[in-house]
Amino acid sequence: MHTKWIAAAATGLGLVAVSACGSSGSQASTDSKTVTLVSHDSWAASKGVIAAFEKQSGYTVKVLKDGDAGQAVNKAILTKDNPQGDVFFGVDNTLLSRALDNGLFQPYRAGGLDQVGAAYQLDRDKHRVTPIDYGDICVNYDKKYFADHKLTPPASFDDLVKPQYKNLLVTENAATSSPGLGFLLGSAAQYGDNGWQGYWKKLKANGVKVVDGWEQAYNEEFSGSAGGRKAKGTRPLVVSYASSPPAEVVFADPRPKTAPTGVATGTCFRQIEFAGLLSNARNTKGGKAFIDFLISKRFQEDMPLNMFVYPVVKGATVPAEFTQYGPPAEHPETMAPGKIADNRDQWVKSWTSLVLK
Amino acid sequence: MAVPVAFFAVFFAYPVAAIVQRGLKADGAWQFGRIADVVAQPDIRHVLWFTTWQALASTALTLLVALPGAYVFARLDFPGRQVLRAVVTVPFVLPTVVVGTAFLALVGRGGLLDELWGVRLDTTVWAILLAHVFFNYAVVVRTVGGLWAQLDPRQEEAARMLGASPLSAWRKVTLPALAPALAAAALMVFLFTFTSFGVVQILGGPTFSTIEVEIYRQTSEIFDLSTAAVLTVVQFLAVGAILAVHAWTVRRREAALKLVDASVTARRPRGAGQRAVLAGVLATVAVLLLLPLAVLVQRSLGAPGFGYYRALTNADGGTFLVAPIDAIGASLSYAVAATAIAVVIGGLAAAALTRRDAGRIVRGFDALLMLPLGVSAVTVGFGFLIALDKPPLDLRQSWILVPLAQALVGAPFVVRTMLPVLRAVDVRLREAAAVLGASPWRVWREVDLPMVRRALLIAAGFAFAVSLGEFGATVFIARPDNPTLPVAVARLLARPGDLNYGQAMALSTILMVVCAVALLVLERLRTDRTGEF
Repeated sequence: MHTKWIAAAATGLGLVAVSACGSSGSQASTDSKTVTLVSHDSWAASKGVIAAFEKQSGYTVKVLKDGDAGQAVNKAILTKDNPQGDVFFGVDNTLLSRALDNGLFQPYRAGGLDQVGAAYQLDRDKHRVTPIDYGDICVNYDKKYFADHKLTPPASFDDLVKPQYKNLLVTENAATSSPGLGFLLGSAAQYGDNGWQGYWKKLKANGVKVVDGWEQAYNEEFSGSAGGRKAKGTRPLVVSYASSPPAEVVFADPRPKTAPTGVATGTCFRQIEFAGLLSNARNTKGGKAFIDFLISKRFQEDMPLNMFVYPVVKGATVPAEFTQYGPPAEHPETMAPGKIADNRDQWVKSWTSLVLK
Repeated sequence: MAVPVAFFAVFFAYPVAAIVQRGLKADGAWQFGRIADVVAQPDIRHVLWFTTWQALASTALTLLVALPGAYVFARLDFPGRQVLRAVVTVPFVLPTVVVGTAFLALVGRGGLLDELWGVRLDTTVWAILLAHVFFNYAVVVRTVGGLWAQLDPRQEEAARMLGASPLSAWRKVTLPALAPALAAAALMVFLFTFTSFGVVQILGGPTFSTIEVEIYRQTSEIFDLSTAAVLTVVQFLAVGAILAVHAWTVRRREAALKLVDASVTARRPRGAGQRAVLAGVLATVAVLLLLPLAVLVQRSLGAPGFGYYRALTNADGGTFLVAPIDAIGASLSYAVAATAIAVVIGGLAAAALTRRDAGRIVRGFDALLMLPLGVSAVTVGFGFLIALDKPPLDLRQSWILVPLAQALVGAPFVVRTMLPVLRAVDVRLREAAAVLGASPWRVWREVDLPMVRRALLIAAGFAFAVSLGEFGATVFIARPDNPTLPVAVARLLARPGDLNYGQAMALSTILMVVCAVALLVLERLRTDRTGEF
């Protein structure tokens, strides 16, 4: 009998202790002095910039990184009745419809929105989301390989199916990786709803290799990246980002004079990332202030070297590393979020049976 | 009993039920018809089929490769034996995200096999099978070898004396004695490979998918919660069946065997045969286990003057709000907390399971405690999010969530380590103490504790190592201000650039060394009979 009582008491105590931790946690977020940002793993900002916001607004910023972009959006949707934070950053145009259709955000027209380029404002009528940054998913090439083989690097989607580039390209699984999906959407935008399958048949015949994630494609298979060189990667073409070449420079010690990789500018698909005020946010006032801050010049100019994306605000200065090693594509492919939402699952399915089976 | 039951009910059963319900219940009605629909899809059938046959193949291959190892570590005494025994366990507790990358260097292009014979196995099923051997080698060595070391060698010698050939003596005397341990090891390997996630995701390429990987894809990428819920249920049933068989073999194993102290059974190798086996095992261990680990170390040293290690102290990289090196501190403190929880929960469960009046239901709980090892981390993670979100249990932002999730994985190991030792305590001792008027608490303190203290330490050490390397559940809930080592490695690997890649390798090496040291300490402690791990 005694042991049972001890056990029951211990359980009780444990639960009290645990719930005490819990309630102190939730108190922190109901606190009107704290703004909680929910984002994906790629979120990064300089300490000084966040500190400046905290000082000027009086709020304390708390950040919750919630896995990769797709995972973070799905988790936010699952928890939307009792959200983990006030602001969500990191839903992109490929996932935007899923977030909006599920009522993830409440409308807020951010202060300073008139400074954001019209092309990025994909929810212009309702202002449920605010564009924060953009980036391009493009084929990157290994400069050394093409110099050694006296071969011109490919420039466009059409080039990639030419015989001189046979067995050179590695891409990611469109079903599991966001650059992989971006590349598929780019080809669909280029060749149309009915043409992209024919393009991929040719790409497959030309020896495209598909791996599951960006890490593998870039760090293992690609011969031009730092990781890929160490892993003796053999593919000189990889689907990555337009900002990968500057990253190769910035994260090298000592920094090389030129980037070891380049971008095939005719193979790009534009990704725009948005932030929004979560539907049941506890601190709406703080959340609004934070969204305003995200499109302030200070944050926008800090962003490129932290997250390797480009600012959406007019007149924001882009760091020299970007202009020098990785300017954005001039004519990237784009697609309306509604169209992506309507076709995405079907396209990924046919892509899978076409390319992987 | 009440504490572990409550713990598993609140932190495992309830969250998993919540997420399954979310996927399978529409407009207040259960959609059990979905189960048949989903299972009927050709893609899903393919996944089920692949999951099963690769697990069978992996288990067979692991037994084939690791059994000679079990023999060598059990019966042969050679220099460096303890260190090596600890080192072969390191893969088991390392996060797959780290090892998958290193393993590619062995079987991928430019790897050792490629350079020697031009053999490349990346994105073939062979890469998956070999990686499964790499991860589960220690399970066989520890489970089978542990028992083997304690079998009285004189029995086999007696058979030899009576004219049996070495092979037939082994077959007729040793093999039957080992059979239950063999079955238990095979079932554990089958369980781990059946629910394999990281290995298949990294090495399998997009064409191979296990149920576990498919649950992740359906939940995390496609957001088809009902398909994910069906797959969770299917996997749950399969794992339940595996565990039921496992619990049965474990009970049979504890049937009386004449055991001796492991320290007296090992001898220096004698004769050409034993030397050849030893050499073969050492070569296998070197190529299959040490080489991938060595690749990690080598890549972490790629910058002059330990540059990658020095970069770890720098917080300006932007990937984290803290310097990557701080992840070590975070990891260690999480692991300590997780170990404490796992030892309390697992220890209480093991104590309850040893009681003589423990009925069928309580014994069934034994298998239940192992379930967290077989349920997908993504299910548990999403379950935590939607189930533990209301006071008094709003834990989603609490630091305690990480150790709780890790303890779920650590507790089964504690139970497995403690149970055989506790069962070996002579009940009559307890009864005698009780008759003489000792309270139950005093009986535990005076009779049980002295006998199980060592096992408790080993259990704690193993839970600690498992918590350190735990990735699946942690990645869902780790906070950005204090990522654990495996999470930090994964985040660094996800960014381009030399420094990020190098730092990921350096952090992996540190994690590997910490795990190896923890396991080495365990080896020092291990001189008595201590269960399966």
